[in-house]
Amino acid sequence: MTAVALSDRPRPPAEDTRDLVIEVTGLVKRYGTVEAVRGIDLAVRRGEIFGFLGPNGAGKSTTISVLCTLLKPTSGTARVAGLDVSRDPDGVRSRIGLVFQDPSLDIQLTARENLHFHAMVYGVPRAQRGERIVAALATVDLSDRADSLVTTFSGGMKRRLEIARGILHAPEVLFLDEPTSGLDPQTRANAWEHLGRIRDTTGLTIFMTTHYMEEAEFCDRIAIIDHGTIVALGTPDELKAQVGGDIVVVSTVDDTLAADEIARKLGVTAVRDGDTLRVEVQDGAQFVPQLITALSMPVKTVTVRRPSLDDVFLKLTGRAIRAAEGEGRMGMMRAMAGARGRR
Amino acid sequence: MTAGTTVITTAPPAVVTMPPRVSVSMAQAVYIIWYRDVIRFWRDRVRLVMSLAQPILYLAIFGVGLSSTLGRSGSLGGAGLPASFSYIQFMYPGVLGMAVLFTAIFSAMSVVWDREFGFLREILVAPISRSAVALGKALGGATQAALQGVVMLVFAPFVGVHLTVVSVVEVIPLLFLLAFALTSFGVAISARLKTMQGFQMVMNFLMMPMFFLSGALFPLRGLPGWMTVLTRFDPVAYGIAPVRSAILGGAGLPQAAVDRLTSVTIGSYIVPVGVDVGVLAAFSAAMLAIAMRSFRHRD
Repeated sequence: MTAVALSDRPRPPAEDTRDLVIEVTGLVKRYGTVEAVRGIDLAVRRGEIFGFLGPNGAGKSTTISVLCTLLKPTSGTARVAGLDVSRDPDGVRSRIGLVFQDPSLDIQLTARENLHFHAMVYGVPRAQRGERIVAALATVDLSDRADSLVTTFSGGMKRRLEIARGILHAPEVLFLDEPTSGLDPQTRANAWEHLGRIRDTTGLTIFMTTHYMEEAEFCDRIAIIDHGTIVALGTPDELKAQVGGDIVVVSTVDDTLAADEIARKLGVTAVRDGDTLRVEVQDGAQFVPQLITALSMPVKTVTVRRPSLDDVFLKLTGRAIRAAEGEGRMGMMRAMAGARGRR
Repeated sequence: MTAGTTVITTAPPAVVTMPPRVSVSMAQAVYIIWYRDVIRFWRDRVRLVMSLAQPILYLAIFGVGLSSTLGRSGSLGGAGLPASFSYIQFMYPGVLGMAVLFTAIFSAMSVVWDREFGFLREILVAPISRSAVALGKALGGATQAALQGVVMLVFAPFVGVHLTVVSVVEVIPLLFLLAFALTSFGVAISARLKTMQGFQMVMNFLMMPMFFLSGALFPLRGLPGWMTVLTRFDPVAYGIAPVRSAILGGAGLPQAAVDRLTSVTIGSYIVPVGVDVGVLAAFSAAMLAIAMRSFRHRD
């Protein structure tokens, strides 16, 4: 099989900061009185996989919608592929690929027909359509299902087809809004393999939102967003380095007393996370014996591990991303209700 | 999705130089939207056949039954009509109009359908003109509805209506115009409705009165004043009148008698076919403008 590259642009060195595909300055989006996005600055380089991480309702979807020209910013500027999203939305739209959070395929058409429709509306020259469709289907391993109706596809296959559609017209950036939500872990990992491969073979820039920490690990750089502002930005390793050392997770019969004892006897703060206490220390292996000695109550479990992005989020916002989910969703719903009421 | 790890076959990419994207013209965009609807329609041939059931029932049961009750032409008030002329022959062109009306409204539902299944997003974020989307949708639905009417022409011999090449050639564009007017109307409404239930409710509320007041089932003469007024505001009436005139005139009936039986009148003014066409065209244009506006103002 001849694979056709889905982008004609060679992959430039990521250090070249002049080559920015997305530039956002002071972006604010307000729904009535609710500020969903409160002044965001960021820059994404060509060829990067950039992750936008945060709980639901943190402002991720709003930001991605502004970048994709689906929403107008209240203030601030955003440039995508060199074009201003407010001044030239059509220009931006023809240079980006989109994979929405919710399915947007015509399930009564075949995979090939869905791609053909897309190629036509995005102005892929007729002579290239067939070839590009074949290449895009091959990229997501759907060649053998090209002529099946999409209604027969599983959730994971539909998602892959949407990814294929997103890259079909050789966009400069592929935007994915929660690309793997609703998929089982294995299907999710598979979708990621495909995205990674697309980036590696084409040098496409990928901008995605997620609230799965494990997913963010796949990104070159991550912005952590909470309550409409970016609280941290860097590579996964840089962010994890902010936590420093190891994470010790301990569970005892009386966590409240244990937290008190840890603070008093060992001089470190234990943060409560569900049924466990979480402590950041320089050297986990050295800390555990001290911990066991210090605690007066029976200890159920002790785990030492390297910091994860979950720990970064916890450190920066004072709460776990899972706990932030609920409140975020409420805030978003309030914001949407407010926006609707004013229309 | 199959269980187990998916093996990714990595083929080395052959870099192809890509000429810049071509811009999509309004006409191309309209064509693409239309083309998709036609593929879907064609794939769903069961629906095509099933949706003939209703007009056939009207003809075979309602038409035959009422013909028997009314007896020959005298009851239709058609002075100058031959004795062999019966109600079912009068009703037949009306049933063509009915087939077009029902299919047009039904196909406009595809906009609501697309919204429910998410595909409308794919269409609306595409770098094509929203007006083209509205026009493409209206043309797509009109194609389906007109085709439905054309298929109904096959039944003419069974109800004793004699079709000629000329009458068929006249009728097809008239059916298409009626279909386009009604689909534009449907799209104008469906562009604003969020749910399927909402669309069905609104359409049931509008569709049956439009059908009954159109003159499909009875001549629009000698009706009570209030009803006369309502029928003159029914766009379907302006579609059925010229279709009936072409079919019955083509069947060799005296044109003067046919015109008296079929035309829409306003006061003593007998609306000629040219004006019927004009009314339908104006109605289409107005509905299309509303539909385009609705599409442009959607996120």
